[in-house]
This record gives sequence, C-alpha cells and structure tokens, in this order.
Amino acid sequence: MTDAPLLIVGAAMAGLRTAEGARRAGYAGPIEFLGAEAHAPYNRPPLSKELLQTEGHGHDEVAFPIRSALEQGVTWTLGRAAASLDTERRVVTDEAGDEHPYRALVIATGLRPKPLPIPDHGLTGIHVLRTLDDAVGLRSALRPGANVVILGSGFVGCEIAATAAKNGCAVSIVTQSAVPLDRALGPELGGEVRRRHEAHGVRFFTRDGLFGLVGDPGVERVILTSGVMLECDVLVVAIGSDPNTEWLADSGIDVSDGVLVDGGLRAVGVDGVVRPDVFAVGDVARYPNPLFDDVARRVEHWNLPTETGKRAGQLIAAHLAGEDCEPLAAAGFAPLPSFWSDQYDMHLLAFGMTYLADRRELVAGALDDECVVEYYRGDALVGVCGIGMRSLVQSYRSRFTVPTAAV
Amino acid sequence: MIKIDVDMNKCQHYGQCVFEAPEVFQLNADDKLEYKAEAPDEMLADLEAAADVCPMQAITITRG
Repeated sequence: MTDAPLLIVGAAMAGLRTAEGARRAGYAGPIEFLGAEAHAPYNRPPLSKELLQTEGHGHDEVAFPIRSALEQGVTWTLGRAAASLDTERRVVTDEAGDEHPYRALVIATGLRPKPLPIPDHGLTGIHVLRTLDDAVGLRSALRPGANVVILGSGFVGCEIAATAAKNGCAVSIVTQSAVPLDRALGPELGGEVRRRHEAHGVRFFTRDGLFGLVGDPGVERVILTSGVMLECDVLVVAIGSDPNTEWLADSGIDVSDGVLVDGGLRAVGVDGVVRPDVFAVGDVARYPNPLFDDVARRVEHWNLPTETGKRAGQLIAAHLAGEDCEPLAAAGFAPLPSFWSDQYDMHLLAFGMTYLADRRELVAGALDDECVVEYYRGDALVGVCGIGMRSLVQSYRSRFTVPTAAV
Repeated sequence: MIKIDVDMNKCQHYGQCVFEAPEVFQLNADDKLEYKAEAPDEMLADLEAAADVCPMQAITITRG
C-alpha cells in the first residue's frame, strides 16, 4: 500500500498545520483530507466576534490560505465524517461506507459543543457555537432587542455575550460558577470580567443552572434552578466541549478522554503500545506537557493545533521516509499554551496553564484598568494573564522552561 | 525577497508574531506592532510561523 496517502481525518486548523509540517519536513507524497464539515479549513476565533456581528461575513473572511506546498498532491473529501478505523488493514471507513486507505493517519477530528443538559422538546431558538454554520445561524438570531440567555461563562459564552450586547440584545449569563472564567482565570480576574460585562448591561445568574424551557415552537422563557424565570428568544449553550472520538471506539486506541498520544503525537493503544503510523493533533489529542508535569491532558487553546501539527508533521515525514522516529519522539514535546480573548475594549492575553494554579498574584497595574496576574501551583509559575500590558505579558514566555532532570 | 503585509484593521497588537520573527516584528513602547515590509528569502519558515500564530490572522506573506 505504498501509494496510499497521508490521510488526515478532520479538515480544520490542526489537520492543515500537520499537512504543512509534513511537507516542510520533506514528505512529498499524496495527502488526503477527510472532513465532516463542508468547508475548507478556517479560523474559528472570529466566529464569536467579528463574524457574529458582521452581516455578510462568511468563509471568505475566515478561510486559512492554502500555501503553495499543498497545491499539488492533495485531495479534499469534505462534508463526510469518518465512521470507523481499522489499524490492521490501515483503512478509515466514512459515513457513506467508502474506504480510505492510508500509509499514515492523522486524527484531527476536534471537539463538538456539549448539548443542552435538559430535554429541548424540539424547541427552536437553541444554539451552540463551534462551526461557521453555527455562527451564521446564531448571527441572524442576535437581533437588537432580542432576549439572549447564555448558559455557561467560559471564553465562548463571555465572547458571545459581549458581541450580543454590542448588537443591542438583552443578555443574561447563567452559570454554575461564582464568577465568569472562574476555572481559567480565578476569582479576581473573573470578578473584573463580570464587572465589565455588567457595565454593558449583561445580567449574571451565578451558581445557577437550567431547570426548564417554556415555548412553542420556539423557546420563549427559561426557568432556572433557583426558580428565576427569564424571557428568552435565543438560548446559547456554551458549557464546554466533548472530543469527536466515537468513530475510534473499535480501533483499539485509548480514547478515554480524547486520543492519548506520546511525546511524538503518536496514538497509544488501550494496550499501552504506541501505534507508529497513527497520530493525533489539535483539540482531540491528550498528551503530557513537561513544562508543567507528566499528566496527559487535552488543552483547548488556539495555538496548540498549530504546535501539535508542526510537531506531528516532523514525525510523519520521518516515519514515511523509513527513518527511526524514536529519537525525535523521545526529545519530548513542551508547547507553551497561549490564549487571548477580546470582550468590549478588554483584551486578555495569557500564557501557560492558568487553571492549574492554586494561588494568584497581581504583580502590575490594577484590575479595573490594565494589569498582569501571575498564576502559581505551589512555588511554580504555571501561567500569566494580562489585561493589556502586552510587552510585559510577552516577557514571561522565557520563564516557562522544562525542569532539568537531576543528574 | 519576501513581502510582509499586516492588515492593521485586524491587528490587535498581541505580539505573538514578535516571538516567531523578532527580526521583522516588534512591539514599540506603546505596545503597538511595528514591522518591516520586506525580508530575505531564508526567513520564510520564521515568517510563515509568525503568520500562523497571529490570533487575528492579519499577516500575509508573499514570495516575490
């Protein structure tokens, strides 16, 4: 099966960066993308911001450019989800029953939003936001004056709230947390984020949840577990995501929480054995990061699809060239997560894994202006987040290093 | 030469590009992005990396 391609399942950012990485590392053979979405790879962050508030914006505004290295020898099969994987035959079967053989496989199927946690009774007006099509659908619902209830107060929920408030909607956030972004940023910055949202008219119902829905055929009101009833034309469910790994259920790969991979992004089986020709990248991959500890985690920050894709690309090219991949894989993988968020005129920028912290320290500025907060687990710096103050936040990058093993 | 173009309507001055290609991108004293419009061919990999990590996808790299 030497003519079989490098098969990349999932045609989004991580898959694209993997293909580019493999080409850059010398792989000149065929590449096939198999993607569930109908669209070629695009950038997701604008979906909760620019694209959500700008009528007419679509794929053209968010599409990633396809570099010249991918103009030759690349096949795109889009709008078709993978259904199963047979690692012995080296074949992926798609939902239409067609078989896609491979020489090396990249799992880049990403995440999907967690669904509404209570029965929706078939009501319309209930939205999630992950894909371009989700964003276009939600945009048409965010009319001025619409009552918008957002379930969840993570980055996606907060950014949708800011955009909806700017669009003139009446926005309420319902969250189990005490403050928005509590898990990611802690109570101090989270409290400040809440204050800034409230200054734009957003109402918060914290330590609360959804009990029931009223309406026909569209949602008209939501009932909270606290007993509060809210007018609701648009309900947005933004309570996190689940990895798209159901198609791997019978593959023998460990998918207990995303795809477990080693330091070379190579999939690990339920038997604990590394599959040298199966890789996983992006949001769906679970790997240890020696910058922090040896616990394998899925990390959903935006720069990691690119980091994992580049890294996997190197190993894929080496593997397909018949080289020994062990030294490359053993060199370890220690990407520094970075993330940002734009809400109103507030620009958050962060590095590291802030949510591992057990204490936080305001080291510059003031919360209600510009500031920098350090995040510590014990004595170890695990993250930094700033409102504004970009140069100072950027200067922390060099402080995240892999501990040198004692000799 | 490689031509570098940054859409300053998109740029939010996050400075991620500075880390990938400091010879071309810098944040000035006001934390605003400044960049060189041209760079030698051997910088292609660094410049593509800078374009990749831009949160706003505001950087266009053209070989010419």
